[in-house]
Amino acid sequence: MSRRLTLIAVLSIQIIRSRAIEILINVILLAFLAITALSLAFTKDLFASVMLTGIYSLLSAAFFVLMDAVDVAFTEAAVGAGISTILMVTTLTITGRYENRKLYHPVIALSVVIVTGVMLIIGTMDMPAFGSDTAPAQVHVGPYYITHSGEDIDIPNIVTSVLASYRGFDTFGEIVVVFTAVIGVLALLEFSRKENEVVNTPAPMFQHKILRIVSKILIPPIMLFAMYVQFHGEYGPGGGFQAGVIFASSIILYAMLFGIEQTRKAVSMPVVKILSALGVLIYGSVGIVSMLNGGNYLNYSVLAESDITGQHVGIIIIELGVGITVATAMILIFLTFARRIGKSNPNSGTKEGTA
Amino acid sequence: MSAILDGFSWALLILGGFICVSGAIGMHRFPDFFSRMHAASVTDTLGGTLVLMGLMLQTDGQYLVLVKLILVLLFILITSPTGSHALAKAALHGGLRPKLGSKQDEKDADVLNNFGHQPTSDTDSRSFNTDNKE
Repeated sequence: MSRRLTLIAVLSIQIIRSRAIEILINVILLAFLAITALSLAFTKDLFASVMLTGIYSLLSAAFFVLMDAVDVAFTEAAVGAGISTILMVTTLTITGRYENRKLYHPVIALSVVIVTGVMLIIGTMDMPAFGSDTAPAQVHVGPYYITHSGEDIDIPNIVTSVLASYRGFDTFGEIVVVFTAVIGVLALLEFSRKENEVVNTPAPMFQHKILRIVSKILIPPIMLFAMYVQFHGEYGPGGGFQAGVIFASSIILYAMLFGIEQTRKAVSMPVVKILSALGVLIYGSVGIVSMLNGGNYLNYSVLAESDITGQHVGIIIIELGVGITVATAMILIFLTFARRIGKSNPNSGTKEGTA
Repeated sequence: MSAILDGFSWALLILGGFICVSGAIGMHRFPDFFSRMHAASVTDTLGGTLVLMGLMLQTDGQYLVLVKLILVLLFILITSPTGSHALAKAALHGGLRPKLGSKQDEKDADVLNNFGHQPTSDTDSRSFNTDNKE
């Protein structure tokens, strides 16, 4: 009897200790997040603030891992800390490094922000406690997804089955938004420019021999990893969005080291533009094909003989469409922005940055 | 046997943790950018390697985990020194000079000041930056 008691005591001490460590990590991460956000608000150096947003995304990714949302963490690390930081740095090289002198008084804006913040905090009073199992989000369709995903779709990663199967319409909407962003960027920057205007600047990092060699070694594994993430999405964290961003980052790495013109020779721009539309087309066509087979739009069950095989086929195809569109969208946006670096900019009255 | 392995693994983990903490202290206490970066990068590479090796000994027959850890180690060993190299080079190009000691070598200072500049005349053939086009 006493042995059992000591065993229980030891076990409970271990549980308390691991719980305490978890709380400690949570508190430290949250503190880091708050510090990063505050320094972000007060810095005047735009380059530093871009780097701080990257750090913020990485910290959030760590936080999501702690909350067992590995898919979200993956996306946050790839998109928030990776691609968007690169895009913002690229934009900074065009615009300049420091904030303009303030020409307005931010009192009104500040008061609006404070009032909104207070209202948001008051709004959280009515919200259910963190992790509460009676919260509306947990009792609506969540239990159905968790209990029926196994027999309906039969893939281990419920996140992928929700994204691609149960909520296929939403994901289609997301991918259309990504495609629309590309069209917007191209319409504003690319088509208004004369095509024969070639910038004869050398590759931006021509003297960085070590960087170039190491990147040459690393680019193939990055592309391979993107493929792994793309086709592993049903079994673990991953899928089209993350894979597309990772694949695009390898091309962007190449562009940063070997120059934009060199990349345009390696990656055919017309093909990339067609591919970015093709990804959306693939996704939409899966819906049409399932309608032709007698089901609803994006009902993959009718794509093959058995329901489950149909679901698997549908998920793989639409994830491929998502991956293609996201990758090409990122490449197009980066190359379009980066090509404007070095052009004379009459609008920039401030001193030119060296970021 | 497994007790010895376990002890060895813990020794590696603790040593790696100590090196990481000492790197963090060095990053805050060292006088200028380059020595701080050196503290961060060397301890990051060495401490990370030791921690990963300690974790590898803990895998206990789960070969998938072992392979993943080896891959992580490989990529850290490639990317971490390269990142520090790029950082230092960028700082030097940007005009940041290391704080030299009291016995400031004239030659060293000259080399550092000429770093990243194109050779102005053809007599200056032994310039630091030999800008070879590939």
